[in-house]
Amino acid sequence: MIRVQTEDFDPGIELERLRSRNKGQAGAMVSFTGLVRDLNAGDTVTQMTLEHYPGMTEKALEKIEQEACQRWELTATLIIHRVGPLDPNDNIVFVATASRHRKQAFLACEFMIDTLKTNAPFWKKETLPGGERWVEPGASG
Amino acid sequence: MVQLRYFASLRESLGIGDEQIELPDGIHDLPGLTRWLQGRDETWASTLADSRLHVAINQEIVKPDASITDGDEVAWFPPVTGG
Repeated sequence: MIRVQTEDFDPGIELERLRSRNKGQAGAMVSFTGLVRDLNAGDTVTQMTLEHYPGMTEKALEKIEQEACQRWELTATLIIHRVGPLDPNDNIVFVATASRHRKQAFLACEFMIDTLKTNAPFWKKETLPGGERWVEPGASG
Repeated sequence: MVQLRYFASLRESLGIGDEQIELPDGIHDLPGLTRWLQGRDETWASTLADSRLHVAINQEIVKPDASITDGDEVAWFPPVTGG
């Protein structure tokens, strides 16, 4: 399941929903939550704005889920990505996997967030005290 | 008609996010369309010359020599930075 939204999300509630989708088949759930940092490349970040390519974004995220489900035995997956203006410490992204065994859940979760970072059409723009700048790829672990 | 879209820093540099144009006569692939757009002025020429740009046709990333047909949606954008 994928969601692209401006609203915040609650990682605890999302994990509970994921758990309820498993119907007892899963033995493990792994999740990753990405946050807005207040510092990037040595500069204070006061706000972050996420732009995306509506339509292509959803297709790219669904493809990432499908690929993960082909490579690992997963019982449920979830990707949530926020867009629009965000403040430091806000949630940006949530990736969660459920599987019969923890190893598969860990590997699939890492694969999904790593692939999202290189393949999904999102762009971050930072607001700094002195102005705005687009984030360079690879600069925002 | 083809739908052209530009995102993020590219959209700002070009001053436009999307447009619809008639596919120019004789243009049937991505290199041709990019060259045609670069002919608009200096800004277009230099902005679209960035070798790091990605292009998607109908919302799928394509290779630099992809073909283009009437009705396509073609998008140019810088390397992605989500997550």
